[in-house]
Amino acid sequence: MAGRRVAIVGAGMTKFVRRALETGPELAWEAASKALESCEMTLDQIDAVVLGSAPDAFDGVHMKVEYLSPGAGAWGKPTIRGFVGGGTGVFAAIQGWYHIASGMFDTVLVVCEEKMSSCHPHPQAAFNYIFDPTTERPLGPNLLWIFALEMNAYMTKYGLTKRDIALVAVKNKRNAAGHPAAQLADPDITVEDVLNSEVLAWPVQRLDVSPTSDGAAAIVMAAEHVARRVTNKPVWVEGVGWSLDTQYWTNRDLSYPTYVEEAARKAYAMAGIREPRKEIHIVEPYDPFDYKELHHLEGLLLADRGKAAELVVLGTANRDGDMPVTPSGGLLGVGNPISAAGLMKVAELFWQLRGEAGSRQVPGQPKRGLAQAWGDLMQVGTVIIVGI
Amino acid sequence: MEPWVYPSIALKQEDFEEGRIRTTRTPLRGEYAWDAGVAVGRFLAELKAGRLVGRRCRVCRRVMVPPRMFCEQCFRPTDTWVLLQDTGTVLTFSVCTVAWDMRRLEVPEVPAVIAIDGASPGMGILHKLGEVGQTNDEILDRVHIGLRVQAVWKPPHQREGAITDILYFRPV
Amino acid sequence: MRRWNTEVAIVGAGWSGFRSISPDLSFREMMFEAATKAYSDAGIDPRRDLDGLVTAEEDFHEGVAISDEYVPDQMGAVLKSVHTIAGDGLQALAAGVMQIAAGAGRIVAVESHSKASNVLNLDQITALALDPVYQRPLEAHPIFIAGLEFRRYLEVTGTPIEHVARVVVKNRRNALRNPRAAFPADLTLEDVLHSEPLAEPLTRAMAADPADGCVVFVLARGDVARTLTDRAVWIRGLGWATDSYTLENRDWEGARYLRQAAERAYRQAGIQSPRRAFDLVEVDDTFAYKELQHLEALGLCRPGEAGRWTAEGATEVGGELPVNPSGGCLGEGHLLEASGLARLLEAVLQLRGEAGPRQVPNARTALVASWRGLPTTTGAVAVLSREP
Repeated sequence: MAGRRVAIVGAGMTKFVRRALETGPELAWEAASKALESCEMTLDQIDAVVLGSAPDAFDGVHMKVEYLSPGAGAWGKPTIRGFVGGGTGVFAAIQGWYHIASGMFDTVLVVCEEKMSSCHPHPQAAFNYIFDPTTERPLGPNLLWIFALEMNAYMTKYGLTKRDIALVAVKNKRNAAGHPAAQLADPDITVEDVLNSEVLAWPVQRLDVSPTSDGAAAIVMAAEHVARRVTNKPVWVEGVGWSLDTQYWTNRDLSYPTYVEEAARKAYAMAGIREPRKEIHIVEPYDPFDYKELHHLEGLLLADRGKAAELVVLGTANRDGDMPVTPSGGLLGVGNPISAAGLMKVAELFWQLRGEAGSRQVPGQPKRGLAQAWGDLMQVGTVIIVGI
Repeated sequence: MEPWVYPSIALKQEDFEEGRIRTTRTPLRGEYAWDAGVAVGRFLAELKAGRLVGRRCRVCRRVMVPPRMFCEQCFRPTDTWVLLQDTGTVLTFSVCTVAWDMRRLEVPEVPAVIAIDGASPGMGILHKLGEVGQTNDEILDRVHIGLRVQAVWKPPHQREGAITDILYFRPV
Repeated sequence: MRRWNTEVAIVGAGWSGFRSISPDLSFREMMFEAATKAYSDAGIDPRRDLDGLVTAEEDFHEGVAISDEYVPDQMGAVLKSVHTIAGDGLQALAAGVMQIAAGAGRIVAVESHSKASNVLNLDQITALALDPVYQRPLEAHPIFIAGLEFRRYLEVTGTPIEHVARVVVKNRRNALRNPRAAFPADLTLEDVLHSEPLAEPLTRAMAADPADGCVVFVLARGDVARTLTDRAVWIRGLGWATDSYTLENRDWEGARYLRQAAERAYRQAGIQSPRRAFDLVEVDDTFAYKELQHLEALGLCRPGEAGRWTAEGATEVGGELPVNPSGGCLGEGHLLEASGLARLLEAVLQLRGEAGPRQVPNARTALVASWRGLPTTTGAVAVLSREP
């Protein structure tokens, strides 16, 4: 008993920058208005708004959906803010899908915004509050800890080297060179640059990590009868999946993201995909840290466990390789305004599949792409598969 | 796609130094007193007494730490308290040289997930390692995944029923 | 605006509390209690049968950044399709319904809870929802917004303040017959009118006090619902809307958010004359005047009529249209994001004929309406029926 067909018909975004002049609602407006403009639609043609934003603590604003609503075109509209931490950006597109697939709405504007620079002295402060207030927070943890702990578990289990992993950062920062919104593109970066960057929390070094950013992204989604009227190149949602693992992260095997596999299996089943390695032409996995891209490729069943690094080493994951991975430049290259970065990955697939990605265009007329995000206490996977 | 990227305005440090940008500041004050409840309440009380405890589910037979009154795998109440050892095995660790606000630390911190002896395999808690060196190289030399460690407790009169009643874990 | 694709019913309900404090249980244990009751009520094993879970929570109320981290385990939802709505519980209900109608699940749970007693500076947290640039520097207690709106309501509708005080007397008396209620009381009009002033004309007794508690529902697709129970309560219409966030140009008179939400819900349910459509109403009464304003916005009476209606006893249990037989937020306590689900819980029990001494005889249809509280203009509406 599947729902109605849903397509993405428009996309827009702001530049991703370290610190934007604009307020959160203004960034939301910039992305939303560009997305509407891109499909020549106006706000009065929009039935409902889905808003995505990660922790409220960045802006120091409680009930952030209300604060952002005027900028996101939500005035007088059914508006909802879904939330799965860093997984929110891709999840917002999934929410847009279920709004329409359910039959409840014909058109939805999906807006994701993040302004991390408002948080002083450093946006990391907001992440201090992700830890269990009683059993963990008194230890004075910071966000880098959990990534470093996970990266170490992953490297050690499969005998991976820092050099193998650093190649992901090099690939993505180079890919971002063609992205008009990119914050940290670097066409000349080398693996030595990454390996020689400052150690933050071993094994994590400065250039293994995506930056903190301000920015917003938006897409317009529509039911089939509207989509065909709006554009001759609708990008269809073929599969979605999301999964949240146990909160007791210290009780899990950190070397493998089971939650990503669960989410991917749901999305593949819905899309009727049996051999994902052949049937997915472009992958935009979540890459806030370089090792995470590899970790997620394995969870997505696009590489064997411990073998994802080979895709990067051998060039398979390059833009002109057999399975391009993060042709956008990802969070490492374009920037990481958390929820907006996730939705940027969905927008990248929209542009790539329509052949509109300019100098970043993946050759060979790709037909199907997958975007994935991840979040919480290394706990949630969100997956969307789109195709033309 | 270029037309669909809004040319948002990036600020530079000089914009602030030269007073071109105005900001309002609010210190965030959120004051909370979390009810620890049955499971974590007992866990904290036992820490004050110098002991680690877990909860056992008799259906899946797992002994869980941190303890909970429900088994998330079986969705039923857990059954019994189990006294654990204060020794364990490092499941993973990091050598962290920055604080949460990105200040450099003079002596790195060594956070670790430690599987506690007496709990089911893989049942770890988050804590820190100590007596493992003062520099990155020293620490990386002495610490490895699989290292056996033991809790170093605060003296009894200083304990307050908190996870910090264990100062750190040290190699054994 | 269309109705969704499939029939969806509430097949299980559970709760914990409600109480002014709950030091014996952690939020996890409180959720486990409510979930156990709800699953048992629905006759399901969540590990086997549950497809997804939607929770409603706000980070600043939880004291945790990315609060969806801490929900799956005690809900039996580890590695299932879990996400949070940063909004009212009725919006989470809508998310669950849309997922089922979209084909993303057959059985989905909806949860929200309050540990308001653990938030030591709740009023200051509420103030963090004000615009950080325009309003926060005024350092005003957000209750002033209720004072502004209340004064305007009295002025425009000509409602005597005694009629507003009658809401408090009625709801807290209703709470005397509700074992879930945290604040039952037998008050006189004088008690209400002469209690301490908060933001003139609002007095202490006219504002709901916060309470701790948890509410869980189990939703099922129509065909599944019929196999599970013969006491299903069917969701016939859903609406939610956000009006202007800014204080400077919002509609101060009519709770437009609820009018818009109700229009959508009525259209879906095929309701043309709401005044005669329902056997009972559970509506947000965070402040006593809000019950009156909301009844008018819902089209249950004309603007300015709700006060007289209340004074004449029409909204008592046994009157023409019982309003808040549970005692409402004034009687049960305000459950933060769970407030909408607390209203829904009473409606479900009434329609099943399980409301004990508060039972509205032969109740077949009910209307539920929520408001997100200060300083928001977001509300949601659900139309329920014993028949699909």
